[in-house]
Amino acid sequence: MHIPDGYLSPQTYIPLFGVFVSVAAVAVKKVKDEVSARNIPYLGMAAAFSFIIMMFNLPVPGGTTGHAVGSAVIAIIFGPWAAMLAVSVALIIQALVFGDGGITAIGANCFNMAIFMPFTAYYIFKLLSKNTTGKSRISFAAFISGYLSLVMAAILTAVEFGIQPLIASTPDGKALYCPYDLSIAIPAMAIEHMLLFGIVEGIITAIIVNYFLKTEPTLIYAFRNRGKNE
Amino acid sequence: MLSETGVKMNKLQKKILVILLLLCLITPIGILLPAYFNTGDAWGEWSAQTVKELVGYVPRGLAKYSGIWKAPLPDYNVKSADRSIVHKSGYYIVSGIIGATVTYVVMLLISKLIIRNGE
Repeated sequence: MHIPDGYLSPQTYIPLFGVFVSVAAVAVKKVKDEVSARNIPYLGMAAAFSFIIMMFNLPVPGGTTGHAVGSAVIAIIFGPWAAMLAVSVALIIQALVFGDGGITAIGANCFNMAIFMPFTAYYIFKLLSKNTTGKSRISFAAFISGYLSLVMAAILTAVEFGIQPLIASTPDGKALYCPYDLSIAIPAMAIEHMLLFGIVEGIITAIIVNYFLKTEPTLIYAFRNRGKNE
Repeated sequence: MLSETGVKMNKLQKKILVILLLLCLITPIGILLPAYFNTGDAWGEWSAQTVKELVGYVPRGLAKYSGIWKAPLPDYNVKSADRSIVHKSGYYIVSGIIGATVTYVVMLLISKLIIRNGE
């Protein structure tokens, strides 16, 4: 899901970079208000976790590879704003140091995996875990949150790829950037994430949320203010 | 590293750090499994050369931008000329530990800059 350099037109990556910078500015303010100093080490670990989990490339036999991102579990436990910053740091270091994801696509990749994904995951989890304290219901909510948020982020990435031939082509119909249109990009990205990578993201999310529920339940951001505004 | 950043850790945090380190040590799964199943690149992450094989030409913008950035450790590899899967696994672990440590420290520093409440 890491878009490399040369696949997105400037008309796509410049606005997305703008969105990323604006949201990051809000996230800094939110994290300042919401996160207490004793939880600082967790944020570092969350970023490192996201970095490491993305190294586990899994094959779709006969096809391509992909991986989980970790955004969903970070959003549930530390909040979507903290997840935004943590996953962005991981993505930027992947781009700068390891060439995984383009530098021109940093805004787009952060938008997909560090903004869209954690917020989607967080609200799906809140919705599904509403009014319940049952362990299995919460695990289920966590799984679906991880699964759907990754699949939806993959589809969003596919839309960014797929609109390129419409935005930028030569007069003789050759693409300037990503050569595949929406009709190819969306099924390709959606199916592999639905069949494998989404399931992995879901399982990771459920296991870790469960673990924190047992050991450090007061830490879980998604369960804060429970009963107050629900 | 812990004392440098001056952050005190509780038991759970120390445990998570150990788990993260262990995860780094098994990252080669992420290159061995795809190699075993002989799968290609992630969708949309092909090199310009591979795109040419797929669609018959290299899009002009792709040709222009694809080499714009020279990452110090491309593809989580230290020596890209070394084709041995065992060596590659070792480089992958080293890349994982370097990358995760840098990510951890950068995020820690950013968080410390941002957060000053609740001591």
